[in-house]
Amino acid sequence: MELTTVWFVLIAFLWTGYLVLEGFDFGVGILTRVLARDDRERRVLLNTIGPVWDGNEVWLIVAGGATFAAFPEWYATLFSAYYLPLFAILVALIVRAVGFEYRHKRTDDAWKRGWDHAIFWGSAVPAVLWGVALAGLVNGIPLDADHDFVGSVADLLTPYALLGGLVTLSVFVTHGAFFIALKTVGDIRHRARALGLRWGAVAAVAAVAFVGWTAARDGDLAVWVAGGLAALSFVAGMLAARSGREGWAFTGTALAIMGVSSMLFLALFPDVVPSTLATGTLTTTNAASTPYTLEIMTWVASAFTPIVIGYQAWSYWVFRRRIGVHHIPA
Amino acid sequence: MEALDIARWQFGITTVYHFFFVPVTIGLIFLVAILQTFWHRTGDERYLRLTRFFGKLFLINFAMGIVTGIVQEFQFGMNWSDYSRFVGDVFGAPLAIEGLLAFFMESTFLGLWIFGWDRLKPAIHLATIWIAAFGTVLSAYFILAANSFMQNPVGFAFNAESGRAELTDFMAVMTNPVVLATFPHTIFACFMVGGAFVAGVSLWRMLRHPGDDGGDDDGAFRTSFRLGAVVLLVAGLGTMISGDFQGKVMTEVQPMKMAAAEGLYEDEAPAAFSALTVGTLDGSEPLVEIKIPHLLSYLGTGTWDGEIRGINSLQAEYEQLYGPGDYAPNIPVTYWTFRAMITAGGVSMLLATWMLWATRGGRSPSLSTFSGRWMLRWAVVLPLLPLAANSFGWIFTEMGRQPWLVFGLLPTSAGVSPSVSAGTVLFSLIGFTALYGVLAVIEVKLMLRTIRTGLPAADPPPTEPSHDPDAPLAFAY
Repeated sequence: MELTTVWFVLIAFLWTGYLVLEGFDFGVGILTRVLARDDRERRVLLNTIGPVWDGNEVWLIVAGGATFAAFPEWYATLFSAYYLPLFAILVALIVRAVGFEYRHKRTDDAWKRGWDHAIFWGSAVPAVLWGVALAGLVNGIPLDADHDFVGSVADLLTPYALLGGLVTLSVFVTHGAFFIALKTVGDIRHRARALGLRWGAVAAVAAVAFVGWTAARDGDLAVWVAGGLAALSFVAGMLAARSGREGWAFTGTALAIMGVSSMLFLALFPDVVPSTLATGTLTTTNAASTPYTLEIMTWVASAFTPIVIGYQAWSYWVFRRRIGVHHIPA
Repeated sequence: MEALDIARWQFGITTVYHFFFVPVTIGLIFLVAILQTFWHRTGDERYLRLTRFFGKLFLINFAMGIVTGIVQEFQFGMNWSDYSRFVGDVFGAPLAIEGLLAFFMESTFLGLWIFGWDRLKPAIHLATIWIAAFGTVLSAYFILAANSFMQNPVGFAFNAESGRAELTDFMAVMTNPVVLATFPHTIFACFMVGGAFVAGVSLWRMLRHPGDDGGDDDGAFRTSFRLGAVVLLVAGLGTMISGDFQGKVMTEVQPMKMAAAEGLYEDEAPAAFSALTVGTLDGSEPLVEIKIPHLLSYLGTGTWDGEIRGINSLQAEYEQLYGPGDYAPNIPVTYWTFRAMITAGGVSMLLATWMLWATRGGRSPSLSTFSGRWMLRWAVVLPLLPLAANSFGWIFTEMGRQPWLVFGLLPTSAGVSPSVSAGTVLFSLIGFTALYGVLAVIEVKLMLRTIRTGLPAADPPPTEPSHDPDAPLAFAY
């Protein structure tokens, strides 16, 4: 395999890892205002992701950095084209993270309520916008001969892109609900499972429509296969949740997110930013760094990615215990 | 204003703001790790209480550091897309490696440290903060290597066909003489901030709440004050020595920055160091000057009579090399930030020396005395001085690189995103600045509140990981 293809796969892997991991963080963040009935329950939800959300978010930073290093043109074109959505995502990620860390520092209600809003919107906005951005990227954006974006915000908000946003939002909420069901004890665990099934029904409709639309546009067999596996995993996850098997339910939604993400990157390949005009399309070849840079990065990535995955997995193992309201200190 | 100017303001504001939290993080995490190690070794609960107290302050600060860091990475692509295209082949690799090697390590092990008090054996729990601390320093190296490429491009070739700088020697980028000098200088400067923070907070507690000192808290803050002050002084010495080394590298690779730092227009051998100049606003005509003979020659070249190039001859040389244009940075900004950096750092060391002397052998200045009242004020100022010195240093080194984005290769004006309008950049500039302003107020208030509350109870964690399934969490959001 050519190094440019290797790096396309690696970047797809990093974005996929990000969506699977921060996907449930976003879901949990949204559910703090939907599922939790009081402050203690809200704290249970926040503590299910407390030790891990920051490490999950680093997947985004590394995905962005790897795109910059391996495909500078891709990074430059994409980030300047999606300027306003990225600005909104950055603001959301900032208030959300500060909300996690600051909410419990004071006990008064106004303080907590303020940060609850920050956590909710800070989770909901990126949950929608990442879907809009990824689908919009596959859809293509108007680029001139210098690969610079020449459209407006309207070109980023096509119906297909907006459906993508609905898919990520509803799938992340379902994914987050099954994560909560897996990580909590008591009443909230059962409510989370029930809510996951309800949202999952919405997500299933949106996701099937999105998979069908993507596959019909692209027509490539691999896209059909990835999309089909995503749909199957999602349905399997729902069935597992119905029979009370939360670990498998969460695995199902995780695999579904991997499937949808793989489908989008397969539909994208070998382009990295397709242009809707006759000019400007960026591919893995014309957007790439030199073979020398890619070679060094390949060595570093193959040496350190397994180590990173190893210690992240260990941290999930350390915090494997379920928590409930009785674990929350006053 | 054009998109270029607004994008530059945005980079300046978001970077200076981000770098308030970075030195506090790097400095404080080591001090917290040291305090926890003392506790682990001695079993003395005062160290545990100090670990928890400064750990809280550390975390309030760390949250801001992470989120403002994401903006840093994203804005290269958002505001500076042509820059990203030009340098991505060289500059992207250290950035990506920083994330993979260091950010994952910092965030994962810090999560383990924060929430793991009752989940990990004490020795392993202690190891997690040391690993996270190591991660902060590792990340500093990679990002400084990337920045050093902009100051002194090495290990690359310009490819006329692709119109970009392409990496030819990765090790040359990682061992750029600029990063070898900048890395110790920056890290020592971060330790100065950490030391000054611990010293200032502790001294304030000692003076304001004398009960802490020998009372309930059994002199815990006296211990941490002395630790912080000594770290500040040792790191200050390291900052001076590495800064001296850095000055020589700068004279070698960016003589224009050195000339601008001195407001030196004509070549001089031997060159005098200008301690203070009051002149016309553009710095071209000095009215009052205090000069120290031979000192600049020494700082720049290591010999007392070495030649330091002036702005005029460098301007003439660069016009030959790069064509017509103005190749001098903003002289008043570079001149004054350079001096402000040195002054703020130096004054913090003098203050720490005075404070150490005044608290020697168990002495405690009382607020009923004149010097005690002044010491309380200076205790508040102390952490701000090295913090300001860090900001001045960065403003100096980045403004001193102008008009270049990558020295000698890419002018700043050629790096901005062509597809982003001035209005859009202005919108995000206002958005980020307003948000950062609000968060700064919240952050500082939260810090002050935590400092006023004082030492938390020791609440020693279990010596073995807890197996009671119903035990409350040792730490919870």
